[in-house]
Amino acid sequence: MLEFRKDLFADERDDNLNVIGKGEQRQDMLGHVTGRTRFFDDHGFDGLLHLKVVRSPHHHARIRSIDVTAAERAPGVKRVIRGQDVPLNKNTLLSLIDFGKDDEPTLAVDKVRYKGEPIVAIIADSEAEALAAVKLVRVSYDPLPTVFDVQEALKPGAVVVNETYPGNYFEYHDKYDHQKLRFGDVEAAFRTADHVLEERYQMSPIEHASTETNGTIAAPETNNRYVVHSCAQGLFFSLGTTAKILALESNRLHFIGGTVGGGFGGKVDSLTEPLAVLGAILTGRPVRYVLGREEEMQFASPRGAERHVIKDGVMRDGRIVARQITSYFDAGAYTRLTSYGVVKCVAHMPGPYTIPNVRGDAYCVFTNRVPATAMRGFGVTGVDFSIEVQMDKLAHLVGIDPMEFRILNAYRDGDMKAHRRVAHNTALIECVQVVAEKVNWPLSETARRASSLSGGGGPRAAIPPTVTDESGRIGRPETRQAPPQLTPGAAPLPAHQPRPAVPVYQPPPAHQPAAALPNYPSQPADAAPLPAPAPPVPNAPAPPQHGAARFSSVFTRRR
Amino acid sequence: MARHQGRGMASINYPIGMNLGGDPSQALVHANPDGKFTVALSAIDLGQGMKQVSRQIAAETLGVPIEDVYVDTADSDTGPHDMGSFASRGTHRVGNAVIVAAKEARGVLLEAAAEELEVNADDLVTDGKGNIHVRGAASKSITVKAASQAAQFKQGKTISGRGIFLIPLSTVHPETGEMSPVTAYAHACLVVDLEVCDETGDVKVNKLTSAYELGRALNPKMVEQQLVGGAWMGMSHALYETPEPYYPNPEHGGRDYNEYLMPGPGDIAPHDITVLERPAPDGPFGGKGPGEMCANPVLPAVANAIFNAIGVRIDTLPITPEKILRALKAQGGARPQIRRA
Repeated sequence: MLEFRKDLFADERDDNLNVIGKGEQRQDMLGHVTGRTRFFDDHGFDGLLHLKVVRSPHHHARIRSIDVTAAERAPGVKRVIRGQDVPLNKNTLLSLIDFGKDDEPTLAVDKVRYKGEPIVAIIADSEAEALAAVKLVRVSYDPLPTVFDVQEALKPGAVVVNETYPGNYFEYHDKYDHQKLRFGDVEAAFRTADHVLEERYQMSPIEHASTETNGTIAAPETNNRYVVHSCAQGLFFSLGTTAKILALESNRLHFIGGTVGGGFGGKVDSLTEPLAVLGAILTGRPVRYVLGREEEMQFASPRGAERHVIKDGVMRDGRIVARQITSYFDAGAYTRLTSYGVVKCVAHMPGPYTIPNVRGDAYCVFTNRVPATAMRGFGVTGVDFSIEVQMDKLAHLVGIDPMEFRILNAYRDGDMKAHRRVAHNTALIECVQVVAEKVNWPLSETARRASSLSGGGGPRAAIPPTVTDESGRIGRPETRQAPPQLTPGAAPLPAHQPRPAVPVYQPPPAHQPAAALPNYPSQPADAAPLPAPAPPVPNAPAPPQHGAARFSSVFTRRR
Repeated sequence: MARHQGRGMASINYPIGMNLGGDPSQALVHANPDGKFTVALSAIDLGQGMKQVSRQIAAETLGVPIEDVYVDTADSDTGPHDMGSFASRGTHRVGNAVIVAAKEARGVLLEAAAEELEVNADDLVTDGKGNIHVRGAASKSITVKAASQAAQFKQGKTISGRGIFLIPLSTVHPETGEMSPVTAYAHACLVVDLEVCDETGDVKVNKLTSAYELGRALNPKMVEQQLVGGAWMGMSHALYETPEPYYPNPEHGGRDYNEYLMPGPGDIAPHDITVLERPAPDGPFGGKGPGEMCANPVLPAVANAIFNAIGVRIDTLPITPEKILRALKAQGGARPQIRRA
């Protein structure tokens, strides 16, 4: 059931539109419901070959030898591919935007860093023959010690998972073992808070579990090019990754996709495109490489685990005065996209609330598990879970209704956010109010009258004097802040608490005009129906501070 | 044994588009000689409706009926560059590129019509039904089809347009984390009503009630599809799913849909959704993007509702019956909290 509250923010909208806002049937609906839509795997080719990979049975091991002689002689086998056959057998996905160092082979050569890491690819006439030949590959291993816990992995002397990052952490700005967020002085605020509550939250990994598993069909065209039927979520992203790994000019690849059987972030990694195209190059035949369900479940990248430790200082009247979040993202054995998710998480701290003192430290940590990747809500879902459970605990601690507590602390237009940009276009308060009304959740008059449009800005727009530090210098683990010690809540939470009185709190200060948005690098969309269209600048050059900025200058040099 | 009712809430916001920007999308729009339009993209339709939302944005901007627009996407030989469908960026980034391209094509269309009608193009409007007429004088009109034919065969004009949308890449300060992550945020609040069995640890979600602020719901049916599906995913994440049930122990991962637990049809709860629309100043027709965010409030709201029902906090996901029973044992039984409404 879905309904609209058109009365809210009505003066900010022009609803006089022809097609926008109408529940028109999708142009692809008939094809989907009649089973005629063609996905990547619906493209048939004469002489299609099938590719399967040999995967590591160990979480961490040195490879002593690889013997493929029996596999090469097996029935139906057309080609065996090893790491040395891959033109550039070391890559990192975000190298396309110059972020991070190449750290992951397409086929492992000297070492495996997670259970399921591909080592050898077999191309055969049928899937069954390829799978049979996989079993004939003899790999000899020296198993190595493993590390699976993110905080264990960060300890000095921990097993080195990925030699590109010998401290088991991604390196930010060539300087720190994590990304920092510093706004105000949390330590001083904790000292003045009525209560301090520190809690630890853990999100385990989850699967994307798309109906369609990852896969690619690649075939030689007649013009020295290769056509690639791909399920990629980023067509050119996958094309660029494949071209880089195979050392091809990008226009020798003709990628076709766009109709994908579910992604949720699980089809950003180009898990199958490079090997399928390499197979087509080496055999001169069309090659299909599709993950089976078990491979997808066990060895394709999941959403990674996250651990968030949140320490809050709160006043008796419900105002949160300080929030410190320490976050550990479990990247698994290789970076893929986790380094990006960590920065997105830092940008999201401290949640949709205006808190005058915020400290964040977020780590991208390498462990011996399947590399993690993006998933729906990347960088945000885990910290939102943690923040919102913490908010519930804080409300309970100070005896304020949870919705009132959200509205009291909610960010409003004109407030300064911890990443030092002014909030605008906010609507958290209204969402809470609408749901409260829907479920008959009693709200005080003050909470019902609150608005995202007023009460923000003014002193809430200020950037406070901020304490910075040099903790976590690369190569100096002794400077890393000690793992936050879990302290029990300020007082045991009373059970069977009587219903708290409707909180009395100071109404926010009178509305003051929001400060101008500083450095907001938005390019107005020039969407005509909006009441106050910004000047159209469709081809405006980037502001000078961004210049030719790529992630290299944002974070770290690629090597 | 008792089943304890609980109610919990959470409120969230969500950033729209790739963090830090630097993620361009392009669009090309052109008409055939009959005034039927094709939008060429490289965006990916994952089932979320990328093609349809682009189609509606193009039709609205061009001022033509929706059935006169089709979207052709993700052929790298014909579609212009696009970063991809992730980070809730499709509607915002691609939609803006489509607007730019469609405006340029519309400009040529109106010029062609103006030449045929011998009027100034600035005085022309479209009726969204396939006609172009002089503002305030509906009788002085020409069809989109006739104008397109004239452009192609008489005037030698291409009715086409190019569009790109790029939010320039933001830097990140190493010491303070100062950055410009995104330009638009969507918002939500969600209440979960559930019950917890103190004998089996089973959680049954009975109802979800939510409000989502999405800028503008460009296609309400597709918004509903996202929000209903996303809430299911959030419920699944909160209570069922994980490949590593005893994380950080890496064992016991499911190998298929039998072993990897997810809610079945009998576990789905009714979801009462209200949509708020506060247009994003730089969104296409104000649109933001409901894609990713809709799962997020469900997780903490479920955890908070479980606390409300039995007085235990489970801070590790997923919240399995095993964890609930262990926590109840440690606490010495259920301690229901205050009921709200």
